[in-house]
Amino acid sequence: MIKFENVSKKYGSTPVLDELSFEIQQGEFVVLIGPSGCGKTTTLKTINRLIEPNAGKIYIDGKDITDMNPVELRRGIGYVIQQIGLFPNMTVEQNIAVVPKLLKYPKDKWQAIVHDLLEMVDMPYEENAHKYPSELSGGQQQRIGVLRALAASPPIILMDEPFGALDPITRDTLQDEVRRLQKKLKKTIVFVTHDMDEALKMADTIVFMNEGKILQMASPEEMLHNPAHPIISGFMGKQIDSRSNGLTAGDVMRTRVVKAARNNQTLKSIELMKSRDVDTLIVINEDDTYAGIVTIGDLRARGRGGMEIGELITDAAPVVNVADDAQEAFDALLTSSTSYVIVLNDDNTVAGLITKTSMTRAMGEVLWGDVTS
Amino acid sequence: MNMFSLTLEHMYIVFIAVAIAVVLGVFLGVIAYWIRYLDSIILWITEIIQTIPSLALLALLMIVFGLGNTTIIVGLVLYALMPIARNTYIGLQDVEPHLKDAARGMGMTKLQRLVKVELPLSFPLIFSGIKIATVNSLSVAVMGVLIGAGGLGFPVYRGIQTNSLTLILSGAIPVVLMALIFDYIMSRIERRLTLRASDGRK
Repeated sequence: MIKFENVSKKYGSTPVLDELSFEIQQGEFVVLIGPSGCGKTTTLKTINRLIEPNAGKIYIDGKDITDMNPVELRRGIGYVIQQIGLFPNMTVEQNIAVVPKLLKYPKDKWQAIVHDLLEMVDMPYEENAHKYPSELSGGQQQRIGVLRALAASPPIILMDEPFGALDPITRDTLQDEVRRLQKKLKKTIVFVTHDMDEALKMADTIVFMNEGKILQMASPEEMLHNPAHPIISGFMGKQIDSRSNGLTAGDVMRTRVVKAARNNQTLKSIELMKSRDVDTLIVINEDDTYAGIVTIGDLRARGRGGMEIGELITDAAPVVNVADDAQEAFDALLTSSTSYVIVLNDDNTVAGLITKTSMTRAMGEVLWGDVTS
Repeated sequence: MNMFSLTLEHMYIVFIAVAIAVVLGVFLGVIAYWIRYLDSIILWITEIIQTIPSLALLALLMIVFGLGNTTIIVGLVLYALMPIARNTYIGLQDVEPHLKDAARGMGMTKLQRLVKVELPLSFPLIFSGIKIATVNSLSVAVMGVLIGAGGLGFPVYRGIQTNSLTLILSGAIPVVLMALIFDYIMSRIERRLTLRASDGRK
């Protein structure tokens, strides 16, 4: 159904995908997994042409996708992303109906679809259809994200770490739901994750990638019993270890943070703080990496008009990695003079922020399930 | 001199000017956002216009458009372009990349992404540009009297000529009041919009 033929992609001189060839059957649940930077997300995005390969061909049902109009191709492929990506200016109903409307379905038809889909995940239409995404919990939002991808009943659905930002319990429920929906609707799903437990649970076939190449493509059983490469067995071990501790910093952080480039000027930054109602900005370098923080107090005390905030930043806030244990972040939060902890990705970009509220909320969700805001 | 009708005329001039500036400014902001190598040129030009003294700008426009309301409206439009175009551009750029990615991945065309996702999410910032333009225009419009336009510049100018403080104040106070009222109301709306849309932007 989907066939990769010697697909390569380079950014500058760094190869991201290296002569990739494999095939996905109709109705198969395929999980792409591997360490950061192995090319799994790039592979996924070449399927709906969000990324164009430099060489090689991709066929869907025997048709070369470069011969298709990219906009029409994408309307025929469901797409779910980690950050959920529900449009905050649209209601739940409008969000689910985006693709059906793009395809010019009549109103009664897309309304019936929204009804049925919400019914399928036990979110009654009357209660939920007219809410805005911000009124839903993280788990509910991603349910809607999945429904949105299903709405025009595309035969293929791409999922890019869809449950990576959810707490373990919600993640578990959603994994079951997606697996159930896939069995029922017989979709072909290509799913990216870095979580081996998730891969083992969901996949018909796991594709393990490293440095743009496939190390092993096998069923979960096969991969567990005969890992083809030390990296793969190492990856499984690591996954099992880290999961025994439960939550990571990434699970308890909030991802909505106000960031500003270091060359922003002081007055503009004060305006930005006012308009977002915050007292601190996270300052980032030109390459998006974390530079430090600047508070309204710093700006008032030392800032002069026209000065760049890069000159005023401090490193007063504690910093943790997104994969660190939540307990570590918790300790940092309690002992620090600031009321928050900065969470960084592996490449030093800002992943989010842990505040006392986000921490409490995450714990509440673990104890009592979804907490609605 | 009927103060009420002068105030109405003043507001009318400002509204027409701001309405035209919104259309042009948003258009320029979108062009700057879409065509990367044009962004600095467009923003630079609107900023240059901003630095021309209003007296000089109106005198220049008068040569082309003659005396009357048209000239002051054109002048106000030129001044109002900068805040609106710049805020549109910044607003569009600041929409969360993952939302742009989602919109593209779902098969929206460039125009659909703009109209359904990017512009609605930038609207609070665009509105804030419109507010600045409106309040600014209310005071600059007083200069219109020098090029034969109507509005509250008339009593102010007549007051200066006859050395009558009462007359000057009778023109100036309504301008200040209007500016304060518009600023207040529009700031309230702006705050509501910002709170509602804060999820969709960086």
